[in-house]
Amino acid sequence: MRLLLTYSFSSLSSHIHAWLISSMGDGMAALVAEMVIVGISLIVFLVPLCFFLGYMERKVAAFMQLRLGPNRVGPKGSMQIVADTVKLLFKEGLTPTASDKFLFNLAPVIVVVTSMLVMAPIAFAKDFQIWDLSIGVLYVTSISSIAVIGILMAGWSSYNKYSLLGAMRSGAQIVSYELSIGLSILSVIVLTGSLKMSDIVMSQQNGWWIFKGHLPMWISFVIFVIASTAEINRAPFDLTEAEQELTAGFHTEYSGMKFAMFLLSEYINLFVVSAIAATLFLGGWMPFHIGHWELFNHIMDFIPSSIWFMGKTFFIIFIIMQFRWTFPRLRVDQLLTLEWKYLLPISMVNILLATLIAIMGWHF
Amino acid sequence: MSIYEILFWFLTIMAISSALGVILSRNPITSVLFLIVTFFAISGHYILLNAQFLAIVNIIVYAGAIMVLFLFVIMLMNLNADVEPQKGRLLQLAGVIAGGVLFLVILAALKSATVLPLEKTSSDIGLIKNLGRVLFTQFVLPFEISSVLFLSAMIGAIVIGKKEETKNPLTP
Repeated sequence: MRLLLTYSFSSLSSHIHAWLISSMGDGMAALVAEMVIVGISLIVFLVPLCFFLGYMERKVAAFMQLRLGPNRVGPKGSMQIVADTVKLLFKEGLTPTASDKFLFNLAPVIVVVTSMLVMAPIAFAKDFQIWDLSIGVLYVTSISSIAVIGILMAGWSSYNKYSLLGAMRSGAQIVSYELSIGLSILSVIVLTGSLKMSDIVMSQQNGWWIFKGHLPMWISFVIFVIASTAEINRAPFDLTEAEQELTAGFHTEYSGMKFAMFLLSEYINLFVVSAIAATLFLGGWMPFHIGHWELFNHIMDFIPSSIWFMGKTFFIIFIIMQFRWTFPRLRVDQLLTLEWKYLLPISMVNILLATLIAIMGWHF
Repeated sequence: MSIYEILFWFLTIMAISSALGVILSRNPITSVLFLIVTFFAISGHYILLNAQFLAIVNIIVYAGAIMVLFLFVIMLMNLNADVEPQKGRLLQLAGVIAGGVLFLVILAALKSATVLPLEKTSSDIGLIKNLGRVLFTQFVLPFEISSVLFLSAMIGAIVIGKKEETKNPLTP
């Protein structure tokens, strides 16, 4: 029990690091071995996570529509998503004859790789992240903007007008909603004074930004959640795959595992944006503390940091999943009006307010 | 060979070969995608020079925004070799001569230039804090003037885009 309480991911990673250095020497071999270990453990973490998110999405949908959801395969239907994956594995991966074969097969890979790359600066627990680079938050925004290239490639190479239209919509949507994401991230950066993920988390030691930063932080949190829902093409912003209009949007022509890769990247993106929101606004792995309530703070410290992080992330994922069954899908013009006429001006004023708070030192 | 050198040569070969791919590929979409790979390689070089902020801004602005717009335009225009009219022989020859002359000029300029030895990771100027300090103290005037330039370009784009709306299409 004592081992369990003092156990942490940072000690695990430093143990592995020390062991690799001692057995391989402080050279390239150890570095490459560490990269391989990180890659494999990321995949081992992400695939069950996506299985779980798929299951959770169906259960949340069922809960909101007073249904039971998947309940046949495995206990409470929990193996349903595994069965679906096995089905997809055995399906034939069709490639349309008129398509650009190379780009058609490359597009799902690019989409998955970009969404996995974004995981690098996320702090999963105390002192536990893949790469704490000095421009962490900017890295996230830049790499997630690359995903649109994969989507455009998929849509164009399919040689299908529905795919092309879906890809175009997705491109317009991601490029425009990136602005308000960037501005709401910037308001946190202004208050923190650093782009580093670890610095951003450490700055929330005495309170999360959403509490410390007063109203402007609430506004940027809401804007971030709305805009990132649009960025990952989820309902009510799922115009890219609007079934009634475009069959399935940019992945109409995809089948089998190539389609599964788009699905995988969708769930990874959902996790990533929620993790970023949790890190920026809800304190990442920082436990919840209230002023001078020593006992309460102490009890909160006992909960491991990884559980705090996962709890906050899944809270935001739950909110985003509820959006899907709460709001009807927007039209294209409504989508662009929302961004350019409402969210962008609001976030521009909001960042001025956040700067004022940072300069005057009104946050505590 | 250290990791630094391996990465340097890898990125260099990647940048040059993908830059060649931009001009050699027949499909405009492939050209744009090669250009994106080139930008990534150049960003990798920036990271090797310890200029992480520049690397990321390069990706955001060029690979993320401008190249996406390029892709948009090219995809919508549907430029295929069989649709697009081929240029005449004379025009092709003129293009080759003009390009060759430009190449000569660049070659001559590079030949006379003194190449400074590369100091790896000795300068921290590329980090965002130092870059911001330099931009807002030493170069504040050019920086602000260039931002005014961008603003005027944006307003100009809006004015050009709005022009059609004010005209009533029924009255010529």
